[in-house]
Amino acid sequence: MKPKNQRLVLVSAALVAVLVAVLLGMWGLRSQASFFYTPADIAAGKGADGHAARLGGMVRQGSIRHAPDGVTIRFVVTDGKATTPVVYRGIVPDLFREGSGAVAEGRMQRGTFVADQILAKHDERYMPPELGNLSAEHKAGKTLEK
Amino acid sequence: MIAEAGFAALWLAAALAAYQFLLMILALRSDVDVARPMRGVAVVQGGMTLIAFGMLMLAFARSDMSVALVFENSNSAKPFIYKVAGTWGNHEGSMLLWVTILAIAGAFLALFGRRLGERTLIAGLGSQSLLALGFYAFLLIASNPFARLFPSPADGQGLNPLLQDPGLAFHPPTLYLGYVGLSVAFSLAVGALLTGEVDSRLARAMRPWVLGAWILLTLGITAGSYWAYYELGWGGYWFWDPVENASLMPWLAATALLHSINVLAARGALKAWTMMLAVIAFSMSMVGTFLVRSGILTSVHAFAIDPERGTFLLVLLALYVGAAFILFAIRGATLKEGAPFELVSRESGLVINNLILSVVLAIVFLGTLYPLFVEALSGEKLSVGAPYFNAVAGPFGLVLAVLVGVGPLLSWRRERRAVLGQLKVPALLGVTALAVTIILAPELAILPRLGLAVAAFLATASILPLVGRNPLRAPLATWGMVIAHAGIAVALAGIAANAGFTSERLTVAKVGETLTVGPWTVLLQNVTPTAGKNYSALEAELRAARGADVISLTPQTHYYSDPQTETNESSIRTFWNGQLYTVLGKPDPSGGWQLRLWWKPFVTLIWAGGALIALGGALALFGRLWRLRRRKEPDWRARYI
Repeated sequence: MKPKNQRLVLVSAALVAVLVAVLLGMWGLRSQASFFYTPADIAAGKGADGHAARLGGMVRQGSIRHAPDGVTIRFVVTDGKATTPVVYRGIVPDLFREGSGAVAEGRMQRGTFVADQILAKHDERYMPPELGNLSAEHKAGKTLEK
Repeated sequence: MIAEAGFAALWLAAALAAYQFLLMILALRSDVDVARPMRGVAVVQGGMTLIAFGMLMLAFARSDMSVALVFENSNSAKPFIYKVAGTWGNHEGSMLLWVTILAIAGAFLALFGRRLGERTLIAGLGSQSLLALGFYAFLLIASNPFARLFPSPADGQGLNPLLQDPGLAFHPPTLYLGYVGLSVAFSLAVGALLTGEVDSRLARAMRPWVLGAWILLTLGITAGSYWAYYELGWGGYWFWDPVENASLMPWLAATALLHSINVLAARGALKAWTMMLAVIAFSMSMVGTFLVRSGILTSVHAFAIDPERGTFLLVLLALYVGAAFILFAIRGATLKEGAPFELVSRESGLVINNLILSVVLAIVFLGTLYPLFVEALSGEKLSVGAPYFNAVAGPFGLVLAVLVGVGPLLSWRRERRAVLGQLKVPALLGVTALAVTIILAPELAILPRLGLAVAAFLATASILPLVGRNPLRAPLATWGMVIAHAGIAVALAGIAANAGFTSERLTVAKVGETLTVGPWTVLLQNVTPTAGKNYSALEAELRAARGADVISLTPQTHYYSDPQTETNESSIRTFWNGQLYTVLGKPDPSGGWQLRLWWKPFVTLIWAGGALIALGGALALFGRLWRLRRRKEPDWRARYI
């Protein structure tokens, strides 16, 4: 191969590779990206059954129920406008409690959010990223009600 | 006084960097003699940053609460080692560490920049000083680590307990050394593009830096993965978290660079491509730093709330990367074509390696930044997790692992040996492994099954470069390559075994109850309160038995008061064929305790593989440096201080 042609082949190979990567990536993102929803979003019909999603809100007071097996819990997440029931099997994170913020990763199944993982407020200074905004809105809403 | 001394040292370093950059401009425009003080300046600049960093460390070690940073991130009750490690466990301190390493890398380049063209070294040192200058400005203007508090508070606010771990003491510095080591490759590429001296001499001078940075990145990623594994108590070793991806992206680029640089050093080919990879590798380090340090990961909004830092870093990133790419666009096309090679040759093999690594890098880059773009454009929040990365990048990883077994057998320029014949034994082993998993574990998923087969193939194929010659007379670099490639096979086997054969048990147990997980029976003997230096804790006593093996494990839950937090401390025991991993959860209203148990066959191979890969790199680095040492240096260096 002549050096000139060789350079041409190499450059086109690199371009094709990057193109393939971008196309595959976009395809993957379409099917695999998991959106963040609030209970109000779910009530509005977002979050198709079985599609990976994240649900965020406050754990409603008095809503946590322990199943007999001891490791499955059910609770209700609220954003002040709507509520979504959540079921989770596993050890809940350290600062997961009623009346405090949480984000659940999982998917909707027949009206219930089935969580694989629960993220809670980490310490006094940390909030799950998506909740930072939400709690501000929540508080703003409460102040307005008053 | 300590804080002020550190602050002054930082200003001095910045001034020296500016002077160094000026010297480069003057030297390249007129006479190289102008640059005589340059090497001395670079060394003193490195020393100044070291003093600044030492002063901050001293403030942390003494718990000097009048320094705002110490107050916010430390507490006098903390164990001494975590006080010291707290120096870089926060934004300002870690940025200071970053720039310190950058300046010291520049000093080392000035001292040991062997065998480079004189003008290229001057241009490279100039580029390094410009990089440092931007980060000095960032520290001095937007993130001053030495700011004082008045009046001085009585005690500090503490450090996130998750970060109070020996892993923290070494993990960030190791990664930073890797990140910033790539800055030298960047600066040398920029320097060579400026002077037009892109040749095998440059590649040989750049190679030890890339190797060294790559070894540290490999170690950092491996250690970080293990840290997440035992500290989080989730049983996973890689979460495709943006912070993890921030360290993976420079590693992928550096791995590609490491291979293409060999083509440039040995054959003088792939000039423009190698320079571009050198630019991309350090750009990825800066992207990683930007992602982790700008606050943008928390949320695009957090970025907007504290705009000074994020914007500063983003502008720095855009300036440096933009300038390097413009330079590349102008000078890249004027580079002479390299030596020709045929379609089936070692060069082609390395090109394919580079293409696949670039594709994987693009996929990871896209997945990591996509949520940020979507949120910035539409306000919708989404996250991209393991399903995307595994499904899209995973198959490329497997294909690459197969080709890793083939590539090193090819000869330079054109193929002369019968490669397929050599691969008979590994191919047979791979197929056998596939057949065995189909017979013994018919329910195994497709990726773990293929992973085990490819691992068996690669484990044998990677040794072939040493077969048919006296292994003791093979160069160290060849040994390094063989060990690193075998390490990939080992890590792959661990990943596949963990994915395919892990057994998990999650349940509530009362004291005296027995559980089974995998081949183990585990008895919960007791749960007792205990205490540490700055926390109280609950400790479960477990007795696990498998045949004649009887061991005890003590997973704990720690309760910290400053700041108020709980952490689950897993208890893990390692055996030759796997790990038993136990976590104590919450008390159950019925009087039992939540327990999570895993038996993870051969999971340790993942990190053993990572360590082997790094060891291979270290052998290659040692071999290369040993050879460089024996070569004569050009005589122009005698003219400098």
